[in-house]
Amino acid sequence: MTPAIRRIGDYFTRHIDGVVFGTVLGLMAAGLMVLFSASNANLARVSGQLANMLIAFGVMWACANIPPHYLARLALPLYLLGMLLLAAVALFGDVVHGARRWLDLGITRIQPSELMKIAVPLALAWYFDRYEATLRLGNYAVAVVMLAIPIALIVRQPDLGTALLITASGFFVLFLAGLSWRVIAGLAVAGIASLPFAWSVLHDYQRQRILTLFDPAQDPLGTGYHTIQSTIAVGSGGLFGKGWLNGTQTHLDFIPERTTDFIFAVYSEEFGLFGNLVLLATFLLVIGRGMMITANAPTLFTRLLAGAITLTFFTYAFVNMGMVSGILPVVGVPLPLISYGGTALVSICLGFGILMSIATHKKLVQT
Amino acid sequence: MSVAVELRNSRLEIYHFRLRLAIAAGFMLAMFGLLAARFVYLQVVKHEHYQTLAEANRISIVPIVPNRGIISDRNGVVLAHNYSAYTLEITPDKVDDLERLINELATLVDITPKDRRRFRKLLEESKNFESLPIRTRLSEEEIARFAANRYRFPSVEINARLFRQYPRGELFSHVVGYIGRINQRELDQLEADGLVANYRGTDYIGKTGLEQSYERFLHGTTGVEEVEVDSGGRAVRSISRSPPVSGNNLVLTLDAKLQEVAYRAFGDRRGALVAIEPSTGGVLAFVSKPGFDPNLFVDGIDPQNWNELNSSADRPLVNRALSGTYPPGSTFKPFMALAGLTYGKRTPQQTISDPGYFNFGGHVFHDSRPGGLGTVDMYKSIVKSSDTYYYMLANDMGIDAIAKFMAQFGFGARTGIDVTGEAVGVLPSQEWKMRRFQQKWFAGETISVGIGQGYNAYTPLQLATAIATLANDGVMFRPRIVDYVEDIRTRERTAVEPNPLRTLDIKPEHLAVIKQALIGVNKEGTGARAFAGAGYVSAGKTGTAQVIGVKQGEKYVESRVQEHLRDHALFIAYAPADNPKIALAVIVENSGFGARYAAPIARQVLDYYLLGKEPRPLKRGKDEDDDAGD
Repeated sequence: MTPAIRRIGDYFTRHIDGVVFGTVLGLMAAGLMVLFSASNANLARVSGQLANMLIAFGVMWACANIPPHYLARLALPLYLLGMLLLAAVALFGDVVHGARRWLDLGITRIQPSELMKIAVPLALAWYFDRYEATLRLGNYAVAVVMLAIPIALIVRQPDLGTALLITASGFFVLFLAGLSWRVIAGLAVAGIASLPFAWSVLHDYQRQRILTLFDPAQDPLGTGYHTIQSTIAVGSGGLFGKGWLNGTQTHLDFIPERTTDFIFAVYSEEFGLFGNLVLLATFLLVIGRGMMITANAPTLFTRLLAGAITLTFFTYAFVNMGMVSGILPVVGVPLPLISYGGTALVSICLGFGILMSIATHKKLVQT
Repeated sequence: MSVAVELRNSRLEIYHFRLRLAIAAGFMLAMFGLLAARFVYLQVVKHEHYQTLAEANRISIVPIVPNRGIISDRNGVVLAHNYSAYTLEITPDKVDDLERLINELATLVDITPKDRRRFRKLLEESKNFESLPIRTRLSEEEIARFAANRYRFPSVEINARLFRQYPRGELFSHVVGYIGRINQRELDQLEADGLVANYRGTDYIGKTGLEQSYERFLHGTTGVEEVEVDSGGRAVRSISRSPPVSGNNLVLTLDAKLQEVAYRAFGDRRGALVAIEPSTGGVLAFVSKPGFDPNLFVDGIDPQNWNELNSSADRPLVNRALSGTYPPGSTFKPFMALAGLTYGKRTPQQTISDPGYFNFGGHVFHDSRPGGLGTVDMYKSIVKSSDTYYYMLANDMGIDAIAKFMAQFGFGARTGIDVTGEAVGVLPSQEWKMRRFQQKWFAGETISVGIGQGYNAYTPLQLATAIATLANDGVMFRPRIVDYVEDIRTRERTAVEPNPLRTLDIKPEHLAVIKQALIGVNKEGTGARAFAGAGYVSAGKTGTAQVIGVKQGEKYVESRVQEHLRDHALFIAYAPADNPKIALAVIVENSGFGARYAAPIARQVLDYYLLGKEPRPLKRGKDEDDDAGD
């Protein structure tokens, strides 16, 4: 290899973390395979997802090349912009499938809650970093409010899945920022105490989903149908699965939304327990790498941000697989890097890009 | 609470942060461990359970209903067959507001109030989640219209189904019978017989007539197809298929044309006629008038038609030939005479003096002919139908001897014909009366039994079997309607063998006397007018029975009481006399003298059967007929 080519290669790979990149690539490849099966060999769908992946890689690479302190500067404006858009959605948003999630900008329609998935942890990490030297309980209270307002708006849309993910990412920042155990305990008690109230705020369909979790059979053709059929798919997969393209639950149309939120049922039916454990291990690998990056991050901002990104990724994976295998209620959370859909793919890769940036820029910052 | 956290010491800060991170890592590992445990539970521990569920999802066992066997007469005239038609079916279980759904459907296909009534009746009768037809026999146009709107009606579907049709309608309604939807009682019976599996997918079962008694032959064997279905229940591909075996065809001994001649010969009278081939027991004609249209029952009869049939004073649903019982009247006399000869109570030449009555212990039994017939021997007693002769004979024989002799001919017992629903009738005896009424027999009651009145009550089928037995020189065959059962695949024919039940203990010379007298009836006696100019020698006996209408749970219908009190006309006959090819019994309810109303019907039937002569409009004799004698 000539030095010139090496320099160009170095330019592209300088801020890329090998472990994260490798596992993301592997998961995406697996995702394409499963999608091919889940969509009944629909090549248009597979190539569409491939295009999404290329965009996601582009975003990841770009983010990896942005030094973290630039991100810190973007944090507050991004958060405020997101809030503005959420408010606009609440006022003028389009209703699709009974939920007011989209904002029509004339040129294109956007879903501002997706932006908040990254904007909220970014803003909270920025906030704690800024008041690092003088952190008091009051700061935590402010952070909680910063977290609570967008969540409230998103729950109202309603979009329980996204609200859950943002709550998780925000909470992780608070937790990692050293929120007192006593406060956490207090919050937990308050949370449990407010359950009846939360219950009354939930939409009927949301309540139904939670009830269904405890007894899917009570409504086998309604809300219980998803869980029953996906559980059957997982269970019938057995040790090694029915083989790629051979899932009967999948190919006879028993699994609803099998290319998106329920794609894990397809994977699990066709690749069995063995496939599931490999997938869990792969997720753990990328999460473990994220934890290492977090542990070694140079500043509080980068530590909190990296930690939130890693834990949020975990939340995606856990909630999705938990819901498909019937231990969590059905919420709209995709299986990261596997489910069909560009938005989640891009936002997850954006997170990994930031993670890479934090991993590769630390020496520069430290010197 | 002073919880201001001091984070000045950078190393302490890192330490705290990493502690928290380690806690988070532990939490994530625990959660993934939970997932792994869940996977092991689902995919290893409960794998078989879910495997079974997935298979149950995937595979649907679809029964393939066999074609029902075809019923045809001895000449291949089809009496019951199947045709394919499209039906519009609703699964009521999936519908909230049936009325609204039907109204919406009515905008696409023609749904009459009758269809709605029928559907409601079906709905009441069905408990399961089966689909029920709201309309049958859809036209091409209706199918197209519905197909275009199918998406609006997830609980409604069009199915191609085989329907039973009876092309000869009311002509064979009582003998062929009809099929109808399987009801709960029949389902229980099928369950008890272990036949439920073979009836999966079958909606219909034989309800009456041959359709009922030959159900097991006609139905066939249900096939099974294992199909892979998707979540919408649509068949994706066939996994395995065992084809159905069509039901067997029935070929009858009946002659459709003869049946029609007999049926028409009744005009608008009620009654029954059974014609039998004496040498085999094969039934040639089996008429119960009035009939009804069996096609009405196939899709489930609508309440209006049902009520009409059920409440009609003519009782068209009653199979008179099989389950109507009538006093035989004077048609009983030849059998009485034979009994007298057999038991040595009379000789052919022995005469009595008939003053027109018989006095028994102060009670006078009148002859129907005032003044009587004078000197009467056995021949004359039959030819001219003397009552006094048989009052005396009955008295001389006693009731139990009469019962014993008549039982040989099958009077008062089921003939064992291959249609169910046969009535037993009443052959009176001392024992019978004690059993029935807990009373002793009075000698005076024997007298009227001698002329076929009193407690005597027999079905037209029994009467026909008796005369056929007599015509066949005492060799009695079990009457049968099905000649053979034909396997539709192998074309193998399994005959319902002529079954000689018994040879009666009668001396040929005695039989010859009676036969001679029966020929005399049609030549110079009470049947002579009806059989004048026949191109064959026939034997017959007229009869007139005083009666109280049909005994089948008769309802009091005021407007018809007068007519219902009239006498029944009877006639039994066989021909040709020297080599009988056909024997028959006719009863015409509430019409009057047998010679005048029943004998001409018999003549038409015999003319057609023996000479191929098409019937002419029925001519009735005048009132001042020569034969008031019976």
